[in-house]
Amino acid sequence: MNWLFRSLNSSIGKKVIMAITGISLILFLLVHLANNLTLFAGPSTFNTVVKSLDSIKPFIRVIEVILALIFIFHIFNGVRLWYENKIARPTPYAVNGSSKNSTLLSRTMIHTGSIIFIFLVIHLSTFWNAFNFSDLHRTHSYYEFTADMFSNVYYSIFYIIAMIILGFHLNHGFQSAFQTFGWNNNKYFPLVKALGFLYSVLMAVAFSSIPIYFLLIGGN
Amino acid sequence: MAEKKINLLVKVWRQPSTTSVGSFVDYKISVSPDSSFLEMLDEINNDLEKKNLEPIAFESDCREGICGTCGLVINGQPHGPIPKIATCQLHMRNFKDGDTVWVEPFRAKAFQVMKDLIVERSGLDKIIAAGGYISVNTGSIPDANAIPISKERSSIAMDAAACIGCGACVAACKNASAMLFVSAKVSQLALLPQGQPERTRRVQNMVKVMDELGFGSCSNTYACEAECPKGISVKNIARLNREFILANVKSDNIEA
Ligand code: SF4
Ligand code: FES
Repeated sequence: MNWLFRSLNSSIGKKVIMAITGISLILFLLVHLANNLTLFAGPSTFNTVVKSLDSIKPFIRVIEVILALIFIFHIFNGVRLWYENKIARPTPYAVNGSSKNSTLLSRTMIHTGSIIFIFLVIHLSTFWNAFNFSDLHRTHSYYEFTADMFSNVYYSIFYIIAMIILGFHLNHGFQSAFQTFGWNNNKYFPLVKALGFLYSVLMAVAFSSIPIYFLLIGGN
Repeated sequence: MAEKKINLLVKVWRQPSTTSVGSFVDYKISVSPDSSFLEMLDEINNDLEKKNLEPIAFESDCREGICGTCGLVINGQPHGPIPKIATCQLHMRNFKDGDTVWVEPFRAKAFQVMKDLIVERSGLDKIIAAGGYISVNTGSIPDANAIPISKERSSIAMDAAACIGCGACVAACKNASAMLFVSAKVSQLALLPQGQPERTRRVQNMVKVMDELGFGSCSNTYACEAECPKGISVKNIARLNREFILANVKSDNIEA
């Protein structure tokens, strides 16, 4: 199995890991979003959905472990790439001309990624933690809990900013994954880029719409 | 009529040797807009030599964008502000009177500064030596229709073969990655019939040496394509990725 390890440890292998985990997370976000949007259908629908997920907990746990591994690989590998790439240029240029040859979003993946990581930790320690290990387990008042969280202006604003930054990260990441797999040709790549842009905007807007909704209707 | 000249402040990186500490030195010059960038440096050097001072060390050979030796980073951009030309093809008419021009060597761990603006670029040669060739004697030029290959395919191969090995892609990349260079060299052979026998081994060995030499990993910012004097497309990098992934998945060689 040494050959596999070596392949994945090469510069291209590391890109491939970023791309595969990235695409998996892109798909996961779609499922997560679909779930969140049921909030708009009101308390009873949302609570029933979450409750039904609760009833297949063992299965969900397996998915969560896989998801956690994907996140860990993506984050670990991303940080490693960033660090190794820093070392590849020990002396910086006196004049930084990078704005003339590349986009800001493509150069700041480590920064947007770090902010998303902070968001992830807070998100897990609030929502995921509460949904899994609190009283909500008995009361099943998930909707009310969510409404309560987002009635806090600061939390909502933080959430919205994080989602916009997620959009930035996704916009570069989406097309980047296709390039890494070697799927860049004249016919389809402009389509991939456009699709990636649409997807990123959709994620940022749709995820943000929930805190905005609760802020507007004022708690419950 | 006296020729109209432009006055510039040129800040040049001076570093006596690899191990010594370098710094920028200011040179004021009045230069014809028709002279090339390298001629402008020549003029500064003539002046320095007249004063018995050490001239600025920089590389050049063909001075017509073919050999790839002349790369400099000018105001933060490899080969200067004009796309798709080498430093030797840049003319002073692209600068305005009173401009400050920063001239730096290519920067990368794999490109150590040897002196002033000259960097050690033999890493690129080592990558070529690892597989950027074909081992059979191809004989004399074959008849145009003797090799069964489409015009489209040969054009893409020729576009990749336009790479002059200047290293500007490495210099432009925030990760100091040599992916565009390697991808061009892998592509030109992978696309042609002559390159097939060693196709798998070639990509595996070239990527291996590229990694060993301390070039960074590509993160798809595409700065390389924007700064490449030959306009080598990042589609070649996509092809390199594909070649490498397929080579590793398909080949039976577990040592590669
Ligand atoms: S790909 Fe372009 S920038 Fe890179 S070495 Fe070749 S010619 Fe120079
Ligand atoms: S001197 Fe040969 S490419 Fe510039």
